[in-house]
Amino acid sequence: MFQVRIHGRGGQGVVTGAEMLSIAAFLEGRHAQAFPSFGSERTGAPVVAFCRIADKEIRLREPVMQPDALIIQDATLLAQIDVFSGLETEGYVILNTHRSFEEMGLGELARRFRPERLVTIPATELALKHVGRNAPNVPMLGAFAAASGLISLESVASAIRQKFSGKVADGNIAAATEAYNAVKAAREVAHAQAV
Amino acid sequence: MLKQCEGSHAVAEAVALARPEVICAYPISPQTHIVEGLGEMVKAGEIQDCEYINVESEFAAMSVAIGSSATGARTYTATASQGLLFMVEAVYNASGLGLPIVMTVANRALGAPINIWNDHSDSMSQRDCGWIQLFAENNQEAADLHIQAFKIAEELSLPVMVCMDGFILTHAYERVDMPTQEQVDAFLPPYVPRQVLDPRDPVSIGAMVGPEAYTEVRYLAHAKQMQALELIPKVSREFKEIFGRDSGGLVRPYLLEDADTVVIALGSVLGTIKDTIDEMRADGISIGVLGINSFRPFPVSAIRRALSHAKRIVVLEKSFAVGIGGIVATDVRMAMDGLDQRIYTVVAGLGGRNITRASLHRVLRMAMHDQLEGLHFMDLEWNIVNRELDRERQTRRSGPIAENILRDLGQTKSNVG
Amino acid sequence: MGHQDIKFYQTGTFTVGNRLLPPEQRSVQADMERTNSLNSGHRACQGCGEALGARYAIDAAMRATGNRLVAVNATGCLEVFSTPYPETSWQIPWIHSLFGNAAAVATGVAAANKVKARKAGLALPETRVIAQGGDGGTTDIGFGCLSGMFERNDDVLYICYDNQAYMNTGVQRSSATPPAARTATTMPVGDEPGNEWGQGKNVPLIAMAHGIPYVATASVSDLRDLEYKVTKAMNMRGARYIHIFVPCPLGWGSASQDTIKLARLAKETGLFPVFEAEYGEVTNVSKIRQKQPVEAYLRLQRRFAHLFGKKPRLDVVARFQEMADQNIRKFGLLGSDRAAVGFPGSEHK
Ligand SMILES: Cc1ncc(C[n+]2csc(CCOP(=O)(O)OP(=O)(O)O)c2C)c(N)n1
Ligand code: SF4
Ligand SMILES: [Mg+2]
Repeated sequence: MFQVRIHGRGGQGVVTGAEMLSIAAFLEGRHAQAFPSFGSERTGAPVVAFCRIADKEIRLREPVMQPDALIIQDATLLAQIDVFSGLETEGYVILNTHRSFEEMGLGELARRFRPERLVTIPATELALKHVGRNAPNVPMLGAFAAASGLISLESVASAIRQKFSGKVADGNIAAATEAYNAVKAAREVAHAQAV
Repeated sequence: MLKQCEGSHAVAEAVALARPEVICAYPISPQTHIVEGLGEMVKAGEIQDCEYINVESEFAAMSVAIGSSATGARTYTATASQGLLFMVEAVYNASGLGLPIVMTVANRALGAPINIWNDHSDSMSQRDCGWIQLFAENNQEAADLHIQAFKIAEELSLPVMVCMDGFILTHAYERVDMPTQEQVDAFLPPYVPRQVLDPRDPVSIGAMVGPEAYTEVRYLAHAKQMQALELIPKVSREFKEIFGRDSGGLVRPYLLEDADTVVIALGSVLGTIKDTIDEMRADGISIGVLGINSFRPFPVSAIRRALSHAKRIVVLEKSFAVGIGGIVATDVRMAMDGLDQRIYTVVAGLGGRNITRASLHRVLRMAMHDQLEGLHFMDLEWNIVNRELDRERQTRRSGPIAENILRDLGQTKSNVG
Repeated sequence: MGHQDIKFYQTGTFTVGNRLLPPEQRSVQADMERTNSLNSGHRACQGCGEALGARYAIDAAMRATGNRLVAVNATGCLEVFSTPYPETSWQIPWIHSLFGNAAAVATGVAAANKVKARKAGLALPETRVIAQGGDGGTTDIGFGCLSGMFERNDDVLYICYDNQAYMNTGVQRSSATPPAARTATTMPVGDEPGNEWGQGKNVPLIAMAHGIPYVATASVSDLRDLEYKVTKAMNMRGARYIHIFVPCPLGWGSASQDTIKLARLAKETGLFPVFEAEYGEVTNVSKIRQKQPVEAYLRLQRRFAHLFGKKPRLDVVARFQEMADQNIRKFGLLGSDRAAVGFPGSEHK
């Protein structure tokens, strides 16, 4: 079972992000479960949502405490809460920023994990560019798909189409695609350097 | 058709497939997505020949349901928590009149202190209201149970409450196999009422009954619930024939056969318990689970049959009767009367507190070694409780308890776990 | 049946002589074929205004709907005296659910009938519904459900039988109890004996403020007017409200044979204005024929006896007179005056 925890703020589509991830996994024939950290959070408050992906029925209902991947939609949360809590050493981190982990002051932490699994992506900029709104959830999914290889970009696009329609869907798909390609390209560069 | 969707959405679709004729509701978290979905479907014409009524209170919701059901319309409503309490008088009235209304209760804690998160206090408060109470383990079952509920309700002329865990199920996206309209039509015949307000054949419904017959009328309400003990498994079997899956029924055993220790629970927590038990079994521990699907009627003999071999029983419940302890546990004790077994009550998950495998492991291992007290509050913070008790001993005007406790806890903890 | 301006009165009784009218203009109650929806044999007190009002209203509604009528009853005297199982005075489909939910139950009946009609290919349901309750079930505990039904403009006629207290439970005060009146919970002791002098709660006016199609007040003292209003209401769709003044000999301490007289005096003093309103505007008032002093009305009732006892409270009687005169001005109850009440904001919707 693969477990994802998504952190963000109310209004950033955190819950929708988890739901779309579950739909994408479902479309690939897998079992998936998405659920929010239920609360009465208003716009701007820290919000958490979870997604589990597995090859058999998912019965577990506890929150994701040892995530295999963290999607952090709002970097300002780093100062506020322990978003990395419980992250597996093999885990993935997708962080919404145009800076690097080093620049974010996370160098120390980053060395505890596998560097190629730590990804930063300027998701807010991509969302503003393609959707016109601070909705980083979708480009974050694109980046996650590229980094983890767990779901395909096509499935992400189909999930987007289930949640949105028309221009909004198109914009989101464009944002997800650009994020996906950016991560893929960065990894190829890193790979080339490593070789 | 397989679908990845929100629990509320699945339930709304299932209710729609049952061809309801009147839907009335008043919004309350976490029921809202269900009734919003249905309202939209009615407005969009996806549910035909159906009236959707936005009422001014839950009391009115159940009252409208009473009127429409008595007029022969298949009627649905949904609520939770304070909403269920607000409609109580009409809830009892609906069952007393024998009206086959189906209602979802998106289980949520009761105030004060106000709390929107999940536990079973709301529907448990209505355990004696005369409604049938079915509990869903996951969203597939939540959807299926609604379809079954109409059949059970209408066959017995009794209202049915389908209880599903608020947020944990209502707001969770998971895989659901949505039935087709043809399947549901084959399973669920049109509603033929036993009593109806019809000018062609006038009847008086709801008149006063004195001591000479009240006991008999009430006994018949009980007798109907006893009939439900036969009907619920039968409907579940019929459901399986058409839809091909197990849903509903009275109880659901898991790894029970040789289990020395058996956990009893209701609702979505069964999933987490099963995962925990798999892990314990892997460690060679003899343990199993019995899920209760039908809480009213309470399946006394089915439970007794399933548990007679167990050495100890741990009833894990998301509610409790203040001043005595377990609610489900009390009923289980009644079922196991005369057998030599330890029966533990574990109160867990109140007001949305997470029930984790880690805590379950700890508590169940304590039970296995008979080191658990008879009534155990899982993950209770004793130091917080004791601090407040101390404060009350020391100061007369100690202030509101809930505020004191939250102050003691310090800044509201960021809630990752 | 159209509204008849009939000028001739039988001397002394004001009762319209049916015998003088052609058969088609006679009252529903005069009709040999009347349905007796609330049949004889029920357990109401002698001279019960509520029993009378309900029979008049429901028979008229039955005629207006071609006998396709369902009644929803709130808990109260009418419910209790008409039905202990297995006996029932009701010749129509009838349901009692609770004290405070008649309006909502009726909404449910209307909704179900609407769906049934649609399924049968009818534009409008044939079967109509009336909700009925006492003043307590209407102006107090059932007020929320009533307002909700109005606001949604559900196809329900709600009839309130106003006997000005909770009679069924032994004459306790309701929000429709008049000031100074003695009830079991407003005893005539202390400096201000009886019910306190408050603002009152005028549910007909509140109903009008919802802008619903039809609001009317009526009285058991004017059978033809009552029947006319019920008939008119049943020929309309949407939320409708009729508030019927029904004296209660038991609760008021009045003589059984004075029920009609008291009802008439309530109107002729101006204490109970009889009017009609459509979409929030008063459209018709029943004029006072011969203005009577409030004392004539108050003196017939033991619930006001303390006003005329050893220490007469003429000051309180004067306040009643003021109240009556204010109603007369406000509703234009005398001569050619016009009503000065209405909610002009609520145009026809
Ligand atoms: C919730 C609830 N509270 C109180 C009662 C008791 N009760 C029954 S009838 C009644 C008074 C009815 O008064 P009203 O509506 O004026 O009708 P009336 O009997 O005067 O015709 C009361 C208080 C009840 N049945 N239900
Ligand atoms: S108490 Fe009053 S309302 Fe009740 S039956 Fe007697 S007269 Fe009628
Ligand atoms: Mg009354």
